[in-house]
Order: sequence, then structure tokens, then C-alpha cells
Amino acid sequence: MTTPILSARNIEKSFGQMRAMQGANFDIHEGEVVALIGDNGAGKSTLTKILSGVLQPDSGEIYIDNTLVHFDSPLDARAHGIETVYQDLSLAVDLNAVQNLYLGREIASPGLMGRLGFLDKALMRRKAQESFARLGVRVPDMRAAVANFSGGQRQGIAVARALMWAKRVVFMDEPTAALGVAQTRNVLDLIRRVRDTGVSVVLISHSMPDVLAVSDRVTVLRHGRRVATYTTSTVTSDELVGAMTGALEREGAAA
Amino acid sequence: MTIDTASSKSTTKDQASMQHEVAPQKSVIRRLLDGPELMIFGSLIIIIAIFTVMAPTAFLSGINLRNMAIEASMMMILAVGMTYVIITSGIDLSVGAVLVFSSVASLIAMRATGSDAPWVPVLGLAVALASGAFWGLVNGLLIARARLTPLIVTLASMGIALGLARLMTGGVDLTGVPRSIVTSIGIGRIGGIPVIVLIACVFASVAGIALHMTRFGLYTYAVGSNEQGARRAGIKVDRHLISIYVFSGVCAGLAGYLTLTRFSSTTISGHAMDNLKAITAVVLGGASLFGGIGSMYGTAAGVFIPVVLASGLIIVGLPSFWQEVAVGIVLLAAVLLDQYRRRTRSS
Repeated sequence: MTTPILSARNIEKSFGQMRAMQGANFDIHEGEVVALIGDNGAGKSTLTKILSGVLQPDSGEIYIDNTLVHFDSPLDARAHGIETVYQDLSLAVDLNAVQNLYLGREIASPGLMGRLGFLDKALMRRKAQESFARLGVRVPDMRAAVANFSGGQRQGIAVARALMWAKRVVFMDEPTAALGVAQTRNVLDLIRRVRDTGVSVVLISHSMPDVLAVSDRVTVLRHGRRVATYTTSTVTSDELVGAMTGALEREGAAA
Repeated sequence: MTIDTASSKSTTKDQASMQHEVAPQKSVIRRLLDGPELMIFGSLIIIIAIFTVMAPTAFLSGINLRNMAIEASMMMILAVGMTYVIITSGIDLSVGAVLVFSSVASLIAMRATGSDAPWVPVLGLAVALASGAFWGLVNGLLIARARLTPLIVTLASMGIALGLARLMTGGVDLTGVPRSIVTSIGIGRIGGIPVIVLIACVFASVAGIALHMTRFGLYTYAVGSNEQGARRAGIKVDRHLISIYVFSGVCAGLAGYLTLTRFSSTTISGHAMDNLKAITAVVLGGASLFGGIGSMYGTAAGVFIPVVLASGLIIVGLPSFWQEVAVGIVLLAAVLLDQYRRRTRSS
């Protein structure tokens, strides 16, 4: 078994009296799609936020390629090639697609102009167009504010932004929750294409069909703990639901 | 998110804007909605045209043009900072009071030197800008770090700054502005153009280029558009907000210094409405009070409309009180338009 590119051990996190994470473990390997499922309150989003640097755990360790790391902010996680597609997409809707793609990581103009804060808009637009084309994301108008786009198109931009910068892992928080059938298929295709480039994907989802369609493994959380991990090809929807609700308990079975 | 209904609507909109032959009218409306500064420029040109036809000699006389330009220039300097503030979805009610405070502090400093050496006006400018920056820093820290709402913070600092200015002067306007700056700046002209107008033009141009072409400007829009998103993208939102309120304060400080040179005294009670006038200009110029939208050229047009109306109405013999009525109506129209624009785009 190869070393995981990202793993978490014994993660604990409390919010006041509420123990959201109670010794959770998590592993993902290179080029793998791991679905993270669990009932409401099982700790999916807390674990995601901890692994993407938004929250800091009370105790526990995070390893990248078996090296212990600390994420004080999303920027630290990003520096390690970990990107997140937030459920609210986190787009600046008054900016255009290119500006959103490069927000916080703009390319400065060469020379003195760049040092004065001027940006190389032409270069960014060209590179953004390449990225959108490579990922098959359709942007109707590169100069229009993202606010003018449909939900599916915005989703595409948010996903493209994460994929463009991710070197290791992309967390996708309910990426298909608000989408129709065709748009959902597009996002799932996108996830497969990303996996084929060697970047791993953590898919947080409530949708069993999506989970079964696209993931390689499924990790089930319950009460802030990993209760089971399955290989997707050998698991049924009923087994997953059983693990989520507590009918089955198999911590560490296939970790 | 309510994607389903919204997405179908915006898809037809996208098609409309891309396929002109299908729905040409819709795309024109859409473009006007997306670029409200076009409308305000159009209105400004129509207003100027009407007054020009009604009273060509008086309206287009050199003295009237100069007066309108100076009036607009003074307001433009405040509106430059206000444009940045409003794009971040903030507001700065303190600009008029900070203007007064800065001019009082500047004049007291210049008089305290008891000298008319050439460095005294430079000291005065430095004191004016520093006073403005100080009040901007107070506003910015309270808004970004203590997370108080801009409306209340700047309302409070407005009262404090104006009260302190009155305390420092005993409520009576001070005179004794160095003659050199009154002649060179206040009533000075270069090539027939008032120096104050030139200063405002250069200042607004630089600030406009920074807003529309640099990283600093881009982050201003990003913060106003989605503060949390900007934070997640690695933008230092607090620091950015603080620097924008400092900039607005510096604008007020500069305007305070220029009023000294223009009137050769402080004008303590003459700026009670400056904050609302600056906000009006920025909103007329197409900026949205919800943040994320606005432009410096829109603000420039928005600054001129009240000024041109005021002067034109007097010249054609109507009571200038109509100016207030007209500006109020145009302002309402601008806000309604912004509301409509927000409703018609998805989510």
C-alpha cells in the first residue's frame, strides 16, 4: 500500500459542549476519488474545514506524504496544493471569470508597472481560457461579471479555479447539490478528468448515486469518527446507509 | 442558492446578450443596466445641452465654467475616496467633518510657526493630510478590527472631529492662511484653468487608474463583492479596509487644505452636507451601496450633475431650490435602477 498523500489521525474538535470530531481518521492516496459521507452532524464539513485549513483541530495530526503539517489558515493548505470548492462557491460575483480564477494570485505586469500593482490582464485571460478549455468549462463571456451567469456556469468557474491550482487534493463540498441532471453529469466528468491528471478529490455528498458513480473509495463518518471505509466497486447503497446510521460498524476495515 | 429558477432566467439573458439579432432591444437595456455610467453621462450631456440652448452666453461664459469646475473639483476629491469606500460596501459620513478638522489643524500649525517661509505651506499640507489619515485610521480600525458598522462608526467620528474642530477654534473661523498658497493654488490658474481643477483632475485620474487597473483596485471590488470569499482567496481584508478608510480620510484632508487656499480662512460651518453630497455623486455615478460595483468615471459624471443643475437653474431664472428636488429624484432613480439590476441577475 502506497503512502497516503493526505491523512489525518485522531482529530478532535469541540465547539463549546458539542464534540464535532471525536478522534477521526482520514486517508486519501494519489489520483484517488474518496467520497466522504455521513448523516447531518456526522462531522463531514468540520473534517473538511480542518483539512483545508479553515478550522484548526483541538488535537490530532495531519500528514502530507507522511510529513506532519499544521494548517493555520486556508493559505497554508493551499501552499501544500490543497484547494477547496466551497458549497457557496466563494466567488466574487461582481468580478469576471478571469478575475475570480486568479483572485489572490494575480499575475503582475512585467517590470516597474508590475511593482506598482498593475496586472497582466491579457496573460491571465489567455491562461484562464486555456484552463477552461482543458477542463471543458463553458464561460459565455470572459469579460462579464460572474453574477450574470447561471448556477451551473458559476459552479464550473469555482471548480475550475480549484482544479487550476490544486497540486494534491481538491475538496468539493456538495458540488452537485444545486445542479440539474446534465450539470451534475458535467461535474462528475470533471472529477474523473481531474483524478486522471493525478490530483486526488475528496467528494462530500449526500447523493448516493453520485458517490457510487464517481468515487474509488467511500469513507463513512458518524458521531465525529470514521466508522467504515469501503471500496466503491464492492459496496452497495444499502451498506453505505447502514454504516451511516450505525447498523454496521467497521472502523479501519479497509483503511 | 436558488439556482433552478434563476438559471433559466439568466440563460435567456446570456443568449440575448450574445445573439443581438434575436433580441436587440433586450441587449441594449442589459448593456445600460450593466453600465449605468453611460446613462449618467448621457443625462449630464442632455442637461448641459438644455442650459446651453436656453442661455448660451451666460452658461458657457468663462467665469461660469470656471466656477462650476472648481465646485465640482472640491466635491470630486471627497468623492474619489467615497467611491473606494462605497465599492467595499461601506460608507463614510465623516468626510465633511474631517475636512473641517484637517483645515483647522493645518491652519493652526501654519500660524503657530509665525513665519511665512516657503516650507510653511508644505507643513500645512502635511498636517492636513496627516489629520485626515488619522481619522481614516480611527474609522478603519473600528470597522475592520472591532467589526462595527461603517454607518455608526463614521457618524460618531463625524461628530467627534467636528466638535474638536469647533473646540480648537472656539467656533469662530480662523484666518491667516499664507498669501502664497492663496494666490498660487486658491485663485491661481495655469493656462486659464484653475489650479484646484488641475489638482483634482490629476488626483482623480491617478485614483481612477489605481481602482480600475491595479491589484489594489481589484481587491477593493473583491472585498465589496464577497468579503468571505476574498478572505478565503488570501486577501488581507482587514488591512485593505483600513487602508481604504485612511485613503478616504486623506482625500478629506486634501480637500480641507484646498478650501483653506480657496477661501483664505477655515469654513467650519460650510461642510455639513458634504458627506451626503459625496455619497450622492458616487451613487449617481452608478456605484452600488451593496458594494462591488462602481467606477471613477461614473463618479466624475455624478459630481457634475448637481453642480451643473445648480448653476444652470439660476442662470435660466428658476429658483435654485429645484436643484435639490431634481438631484433627489435622480438619486432615487439611480438606487431603483441598482435594485432592479440586482434583482434581474441570477441569485
